[in-house]
Amino acid sequence: MRIALFITCFNDTLFPGTGRAVVRLLERLGHTVEFPAGQTCCGQMHFNTGYRPEAVPMVHRFAEVFAGYDAVVSPSASCTGMVRDNHAVLTGVEPPRVHELSEFLVDVLGVTDVGAYFPHRVTYHPTCHSLRMLRVGDKPLQLLRAVKGIELVELPEADSCCGFGGTFALKNPDVSTAMLADKMHCVADSGAEVLSAADNSCLMHIGGGMSRLRMGVRTLHLAEILAATESDTEGGTV
Amino acid sequence: MTAPNGLVWLETPAFPEAARTALADTQLRRNLRHATATIRDKRLAVTTELDDWEQLRQAGADLKRRTLRHLDRYLEELEASVTKAGGIVHWAADAAEANRIVTALVQATGEREVVKVKSMATQEIGLNEALAEAGITAYETDLAELIVQLGQDRPSHILVPAIHRNRAEIREIFEREMGHWGRPAPEGLTDDPRALAEAARLHLREKFLRAKVAVSGANFAIADTGTVGVVESEGNGRMCLTLPETLITVMGIEKVLPQWSDLEVFLQLLPRASTGERMNPYTSTWTGTTPGDGPSAFHLILLDNGRTATLADTVGRQALACIRCSACLNVCPVYERTGGHAYGSVYPGPIGAVLTPQLVGVEHAASLPFASTLCGACYDACPVKINIPEVLAHLRAEVVEAERRSHTLPTPEALAMKAAAGVLATPRRLAAAQRAARLGSALVARRGRIGHLPGPLHGWTDARDTPQPPAETFRTWWRKNREQS
Repeated sequence: MRIALFITCFNDTLFPGTGRAVVRLLERLGHTVEFPAGQTCCGQMHFNTGYRPEAVPMVHRFAEVFAGYDAVVSPSASCTGMVRDNHAVLTGVEPPRVHELSEFLVDVLGVTDVGAYFPHRVTYHPTCHSLRMLRVGDKPLQLLRAVKGIELVELPEADSCCGFGGTFALKNPDVSTAMLADKMHCVADSGAEVLSAADNSCLMHIGGGMSRLRMGVRTLHLAEILAATESDTEGGTV
Repeated sequence: MTAPNGLVWLETPAFPEAARTALADTQLRRNLRHATATIRDKRLAVTTELDDWEQLRQAGADLKRRTLRHLDRYLEELEASVTKAGGIVHWAADAAEANRIVTALVQATGEREVVKVKSMATQEIGLNEALAEAGITAYETDLAELIVQLGQDRPSHILVPAIHRNRAEIREIFEREMGHWGRPAPEGLTDDPRALAEAARLHLREKFLRAKVAVSGANFAIADTGTVGVVESEGNGRMCLTLPETLITVMGIEKVLPQWSDLEVFLQLLPRASTGERMNPYTSTWTGTTPGDGPSAFHLILLDNGRTATLADTVGRQALACIRCSACLNVCPVYERTGGHAYGSVYPGPIGAVLTPQLVGVEHAASLPFASTLCGACYDACPVKINIPEVLAHLRAEVVEAERRSHTLPTPEALAMKAAAGVLATPRRLAAAQRAARLGSALVARRGRIGHLPGPLHGWTDARDTPQPPAETFRTWWRKNREQS
């Protein structure tokens, strides 16, 4: 199976560790991953902010770059949702089939125990786009439950939006911050030391707030927990 | 075109600014959190108990969409049926025309006051204010609308207009204001809900018994029978619909349904989605006039006010399927924190953010399509499956296009978006921008954290640290570790 990694421009720049984790994880499961070097961005920021003509060249590029693979995998539920729901709206052409990581592992590869080891107390925030756009359901939790050593604790009011919303956080900073405050309360109530999710964008927002308050909770993408093993300590995740 | 002051409130600033004021009101935040959480739980309980809730939603969605496709035909059928049953149908292209018609109808009766059933359509056209200018007093009789009217306030929710008030505030408003409008509040009124309801009952009862003219909205009108209906919880609506001699109903044209049996679907969907009840306490229907039974004169005003323009938009038209249940308000994380006033419209919350800009033109409500994180909770809750996030994104594009047309110089945001699109056009440019971002961030970061960013980005760093971009991007790592191996 020819698997292409769609890293997303955001992860490429700010969270390369998540991309390395996806590669490590899929290689450990016996697959070869390719990284099409021509990839840039899915166009979500432009589309969701109303700049559709600007997004169109990115959508065309995406279709060209990812054509011909058996599967495209992405560690972002939000960008996967953009491709799946909105690329055809912009160009009228069905985009290549993209799988968010947990969908790919559970639905395509048929695994839930990926052989990970992560001896920490973790809570999981189901991001809006993974929950309501992609409908990944409890797939991320199935994967996390199978991780050795993990102590998974429940996040109160988990399915409430964290208040990120892309450029919403800049256009409506006060409402975004009010939502963030409530989400941070819930994370604190969970008693977790690590907050995980399928999107680094939401995690950057919640993690940025928790860092500002020195809450003593760190954020980590789902892929990085699933990639962690007893012998593999990249990034100090274990 | 100027926006009518009825549907949108001209004194309200753009959403981000209005929201800032609302967010600082701790009493409001607590009232809203409690009220929306309670109604959310009730709705979930009565929608998940039905095996066929999803089929009902689909049936409601299909019925509404089919009716909207043939709206002209059903409206003419409705006009013929209502006329045949003894009612008189009037057509109003906009708020001003609707107000003129209602005012003239009331004046023709010689009366100086009317009682009102809770109605979004008459809020939308600013009817009470128009009647007041003609020297006619309109008395709101829905308990929550009464609270809003007595408090000289604005409604902040479609179903529960006084959701922003708690019972202590309501007691205070009743004691202070009821005497100016009629029967004063009883001596020693407490904030016990039962006592407050009794005070309202006594105050309103004298109005019901005196009124000769009533004004209502409508939840639906049946094209083939000419039957009009109102769904409510208190029975105050039924008082207005049955006791006066003249009944004047103002209804948006999208409320028509083809046939009586269609109510099977909507009388299940509406109470469960809105109040979280299996069945609403009062469902009143009337067909024209009946000698010796109820009002002897019935006028139905069919209101356009931007609806046919909305119908012409293939993406946006789904907003006209709305049955005003307000489930989307109750699940919206933005609405839950700001309340309705920040939206500056009689239609607040997610449905307001897609309906208001379409009815008045996006240039008059340009901040509303952006008043959402696109979290999708509204779409999941909607009983007629309006894809609100889809319409929000669609209207955002219309706002941007309208700005492009009206400005000779691009806005700073448009320039930034254009620059970003240029960077994201090729991997080479993206890599160059990544190097620049890394270098730039080194100037402002401390121990890997950025605490302050300039310009429009300060809204982000006011409340959050930002990670410094790592020394090596993913694509650089890939090139070094996979391509060269």
